[in-house]
Amino acid sequence: MSETHLAAPAKPLVCARNVYKRFGDNEVLKGINMDVNPGEVVVILGPSGSGKSTFLRCINHLETMDQGYILVGEEQIGYALRGERLHRLGARAIARQRSQIGMVFQQFNLYPHMTVLENIIEAPVGVHGRKRAEAEQLAYSLLERVGLREKADAYPRQLSGGQQQRVAIARALAIQPQLILFDEPTSALDPELVGEVLATMRDLADQGLTMIVVTHEIGFAKEAADRVVFMDGGVVVEEGKPADVLGKPQHPRTRAFLSRFI
Amino acid sequence: MTVMHSTSGHFDASGTARQRDVAYARHRPDYPGILLGAVVVLVGLKLAWLLVANPNMEWSVVAQYFNEKTVLSGLGMTLGLTVVAMLIGVLLGLLLAMTRLSANPVLRAASGLYIGFFRGTPLLVQLLFWYNLSTLFPRITLGIPFGPDLLSWNTNDLITPLTAAIVGLALNEAAYMAEIIRAGLISVDARQLETAQAFGMTRGRALRRIVIPQAMRAIIPPTGNQLISMVKATSIVSVIAMGDLLHAVQNIYNATFQVIPLLLVAVIWYLLITTVLNIVQGAIERRYARGESGSITPRRKRRAATPAAAEELP
Repeated sequence: MSETHLAAPAKPLVCARNVYKRFGDNEVLKGINMDVNPGEVVVILGPSGSGKSTFLRCINHLETMDQGYILVGEEQIGYALRGERLHRLGARAIARQRSQIGMVFQQFNLYPHMTVLENIIEAPVGVHGRKRAEAEQLAYSLLERVGLREKADAYPRQLSGGQQQRVAIARALAIQPQLILFDEPTSALDPELVGEVLATMRDLADQGLTMIVVTHEIGFAKEAADRVVFMDGGVVVEEGKPADVLGKPQHPRTRAFLSRFI
Repeated sequence: MTVMHSTSGHFDASGTARQRDVAYARHRPDYPGILLGAVVVLVGLKLAWLLVANPNMEWSVVAQYFNEKTVLSGLGMTLGLTVVAMLIGVLLGLLLAMTRLSANPVLRAASGLYIGFFRGTPLLVQLLFWYNLSTLFPRITLGIPFGPDLLSWNTNDLITPLTAAIVGLALNEAAYMAEIIRAGLISVDARQLETAQAFGMTRGRALRRIVIPQAMRAIIPPTGNQLISMVKATSIVSVIAMGDLLHAVQNIYNATFQVIPLLLVAVIWYLLITTVLNIVQGAIERRYARGESGSITPRRKRRAATPAAAEELP
């Protein structure tokens, strides 16, 4: 039993067990176990190729996995237990599961043919069946929150990278998800634009959102994470409170990784 | 005094800053270009004169038949055929493009075969083939393969010049449109589909809302070409006695022997239609360019800047 379980007796929102994934001959994930409690901010660190992005993409079934399982809330991602047998879900059921999980991508991936406002209300109106006026109202308040209210009618190409990523965050929030996944949200940004995105994310962390963040930003992990998970070679090498993992790393691979940032 | 001076001394740095300023440089007239342009204009004028002044053109006959009833009904048939064949061609082409990109290898192979066959044989041969279908299949039957028949028709009742023309043009068009649409779909960043799906869109919705609107930028210009080709391709159906624009003027000149002026009537109508289509295509392209910070704007700015600088020349 890990310490986090004792601190938060509530059922974990995300529960990953023994997750394996291979691409051809390359085994990327070799038995990942991870629990994320409601309201928790988990930062996954690790060198490139450690499998952290792949694991994140397994959580909303953008990648299929070869072994193990992931539960989000009450449901198993991509599969359902009927009687004693496990069945693969159909495309519609998988889409419904994904619609509960927000995601922010490294390359922002805004829809370039839509304005900022249209980007944000697309899923609420088209997938969740909200009324357009209602969705727009929420979109404006989210834009306010990420400091881009006046950009509602701009097209993504007219925004800086940092602004685009903040819109992408607002888009992920607009579906009112129970969980948001961040896949290296600042890696594609110019150094001077990283700060504004991290500030927005820190703000979300303070408001009790459940977040799983794959990043190289040690500073963000230190300030905003409830827990830091260090991955290398497809396994979780070390995890714990940021002060412990970042301050007093136990494992030599964690120490080697962190030494590059000091 | 000069404000610019060489520090290395390797090159001649004499002359004032104003003399060196490229903004005041003399223009270098493009003499070969001017000469070539003059030759082209001269030849063009001569050609135009030959056409207008040639009594064999019989412009009065052109004017007489331009609005003639059978010509106009032929024109209507040409337009109708174009619209119907293009509509079926685009829809079937979209279906073929989707199956060509699907994960199912049997569907992929089937649409590949279809495209290969219809692009690989001449349209004229296909039309003659459809028109003479009854000699190959005297009856057309709808049913389950190797199972019971549900509906059955006499082929000669089904295949008229009109249906043969529509089927021939549409099926041929579908093969070309499939390749155009497929190219458009794969030109869209794959991450767009992935993002849409991550937000819980089904594949169909993601294609409709996210991928296809972006693919349109790549699809519209060649589709415009196809539409213009289709307007002209419909003239081929005159060989199976379909009463299109060309067939209408042929009927008239077979009786009056005024071949050239009547062909001119057809030419002018074809040009009118294709010109209108060109303008419409431009408007549609601009609409789908939304969100693209235009590559047009900088070019316009640059052009606007040059004359302004030229005016300052002393």
